[in-house]
Amino acid sequence: MTTEEPVLRQKKGIREISPIDVYRLLPKTNCQECHESNCMAFATRLVNGELVLSDCPPLHTVEYHGAHQELALLLAPPVKAVAFGTGDRQCITGGKYVLQRHEFTYHNPPPIAIDVNDLMTDEELMARIRTIEQFSYNYIGRNLTLNAVAIRSVSGDPSVFGKVVRKVAGATNLPLILCSLDPGVMEAGLSEAKDGNPLIYAATRDSWRSMADLALAYHAPLVVHTDGDLPLLRSLVKTLKAYGISEIILDPCTLSDDGLSETLHNFTALRVAASRDLDELSGYPLLGVPLAVWTSEEISEDVLKWRETITASMLMSRYADLLIMHSLDGWVLLPQVIWRFNLYTDPRKPVSVEAGVKIFGRPDKNSPILMTTNYALTFFTVESDIKSATIDCFLIVVDTGGLSVESAVAGRYFTADSIASALKSFDAGSLVSHRTLIIPGLAARLSGETEEVSGWHVLVGPKDSSGLPQFLKSHWPPAGTS
Amino acid sequence: MFKAEVSTMPPKNKPSASALEGTDLLTLAPRILELLEGVQQLELENFSMEIGDLDLFIPSGHFSPVTQPIPPTPTAPAKPTALLPETFTPREILYPGSIREVVLGATKSGGGSRSRAITIGGATRPAYSDRRHMPVHPPVISLDVFDMKIALPKVLREPVEEVMEDPAEWARMNVKKFGADIVTIHLMSTDPLFNDASPTQAARTVEEVLQAVDVPLIVGGCGDPKKDAAVFKAVAEMAGGERLLLNSVTLDMAEARTLESVARAARDHDHVLLAFTGLELNNAKELNRRLYEYIPPEQIVMDLTTVALGYGLEYSFTIHERARYAALMGDAELAHPVISAATNAWAAREAWMKMAPEYGPRELRGPVWETINALTLLLAGVDLFMMMHPASVLTLKDVIRRLGTAAPSDNTEPARDWVGVRI
Repeated sequence: MTTEEPVLRQKKGIREISPIDVYRLLPKTNCQECHESNCMAFATRLVNGELVLSDCPPLHTVEYHGAHQELALLLAPPVKAVAFGTGDRQCITGGKYVLQRHEFTYHNPPPIAIDVNDLMTDEELMARIRTIEQFSYNYIGRNLTLNAVAIRSVSGDPSVFGKVVRKVAGATNLPLILCSLDPGVMEAGLSEAKDGNPLIYAATRDSWRSMADLALAYHAPLVVHTDGDLPLLRSLVKTLKAYGISEIILDPCTLSDDGLSETLHNFTALRVAASRDLDELSGYPLLGVPLAVWTSEEISEDVLKWRETITASMLMSRYADLLIMHSLDGWVLLPQVIWRFNLYTDPRKPVSVEAGVKIFGRPDKNSPILMTTNYALTFFTVESDIKSATIDCFLIVVDTGGLSVESAVAGRYFTADSIASALKSFDAGSLVSHRTLIIPGLAARLSGETEEVSGWHVLVGPKDSSGLPQFLKSHWPPAGTS
Repeated sequence: MFKAEVSTMPPKNKPSASALEGTDLLTLAPRILELLEGVQQLELENFSMEIGDLDLFIPSGHFSPVTQPIPPTPTAPAKPTALLPETFTPREILYPGSIREVVLGATKSGGGSRSRAITIGGATRPAYSDRRHMPVHPPVISLDVFDMKIALPKVLREPVEEVMEDPAEWARMNVKKFGADIVTIHLMSTDPLFNDASPTQAARTVEEVLQAVDVPLIVGGCGDPKKDAAVFKAVAEMAGGERLLLNSVTLDMAEARTLESVARAARDHDHVLLAFTGLELNNAKELNRRLYEYIPPEQIVMDLTTVALGYGLEYSFTIHERARYAALMGDAELAHPVISAATNAWAAREAWMKMAPEYGPRELRGPVWETINALTLLLAGVDLFMMMHPASVLTLKDVIRRLGTAAPSDNTEPARDWVGVRI
């Protein structure tokens, strides 16, 4: 049964795959090598995305070769995952299962590549690479960073390009995207980045054959570019697949001015075809190029940067799996790395922290008791403000299902009742000798009712926790106490 | 290994033009197989469970991408020497539902005094998802006016500093200088926690603004379910026939038993209600159901809550995508136009705080934050934006215009070579 050739079946969307679909292809020996109690349990967790095929050792033996192949096909995302670069910093693009994130969740946050070009001086090149490497933003305890370097051939000269690729490859281990539409230039670049698994940009209607030969010779993934011509794009993909290329990324062309509408619709049409129709030829990662705004005749750099940042954010929301950008300004990049992080969190799992009492510094019986919600960002923000102001206090974190104060008040997860019950269940009364609670300014309208329900006196704190030190200076200890 | 298999998988939805091509036989083959397989019994060795026990809801988790290289196939067919022809036919997805149209503001003939009424809603497809079905009514923008001096980040304050204590002047500036389609007058002073201004005073402010500008108005309360009800009733009565958008009615009002009176006032005096709920579609539906008892659905707009970028915008984005999709799939209780307070973006520290120089000046970060907040929800289907910063307003208007470009032939922007451009 299990050793016969895999049977081709109609591919299913991830939401249509049942554990039984998976179970029937597993060894069914309940060997527990996967540390699950039986094969059905493994199947369920596999479909849920909690385990992967490699967690089942027997499946990787010759005996189950056919079943393994069929399972891999069954569970493959409709948008293929394509990697470039090597090592820890390898970029993985695509690998999407669904059109909208609430249908499942999005995988593989789009890498952001920043360009350099082959006419830059050594100092310019090194300074730019240093900035790319160092850009980082600490957000909810994670460092948000840039991910790749796109090297553009502006000179059009193979030897110039080759030299610059060598310099960049020597200066950074960030994954590289080599950009030239001339196969001769591309070859010069590839020969200098052999071991780096760089991404080739790009095969076009005119150059597909030479670029495909290069991709095969260097085992490098390949971007396919058209000027928004989707039939041609599918035709190129079909041809390249037949040619033996499997690692493909699609560039349906980024226009940001009057062509913005066409660009967003092309991205959408391709992703709908891939995820809803399971169209194989559309089922590859999409490359967005906000950098393209720099080709416009606009001369104000700030206007171009402004356009680049809004184009990038729209492409991010509309299915781009990889972005190439030019501007290194923080105000351009900050919204991108934050929105990327947010969009790629699991929509069914709020980013939350555990509810409970957190203790800061050395609070005593007269120290303030503050309160906030268990949305991770809210908590980490309040935490960092308390720490940087070295306030000795108790902070009660209320379970609001991972919603921020404002949302939780609006959605009625943070109410007088939930405050009162948190005070009770965390035994706040035993922590201090007073009965004064400081609630967030954004929950001001809960103050009266909270006093009634909980019996505690309520002080309305600042709307933003950065105002806590000032607030405590003028309000603590509260009037009427010592 | 599986990739070799994938490449032989026939495309599923081939255009009918190629129906006679040999490849279509391949398309049929797996279906037949599947049909045949349907008669087979499932063998579940060493395991028994009821099918009903299976939880097919898929929680989260990460699939590891399958990236092992393809081994060369010994029997690989000859490499193509010319492009293999292909087509692309975007699928026409049919949606049974559509979003209701809601008219804001009324002209003289419509019983009001506005120079024009604005219709929002009417979508029949997810926003900007299909060029063959452009938005019937492009999204519009309302600019904020407050009836008392409030604390605003400097970059928001500066453009309106001169008029901040005169709501009528402020409204005029919003329309004349910043191109507001609609003006929102926030009656902050009615808040019992601030000035506790009376409903009569509030109505007078609204009247002044109505006289100062001829665009439709949104009237914002203070958020207190009892006070807002009293204020909205007074305003509704004073401005009968103007089709104001009363911002907002909530489930808290239902609990405080003030919802009915506001809804009746809106119906009797021909206004529109903004039904506000906090990121919860069941609540949104419940509130709408309660409102249907008193007012026609064509007089309801929804606010599903807009959270700032970095502070939960993804919740807003997804709730809007879900609501719009459900409505288009036929859920009439969600088939209302939606509004977004893009100004909530300013709650993000990244929008207003001084940060290390590598993150750029807050004078730019702030407006970018508001703009991206709005653009993100524009793509999720929002019909009406409440905004403040002039640059954000300008950008949004520009993008709405560009995205509304109908046919590909309208596109005059040539693709330029970004690879070789000197920057």
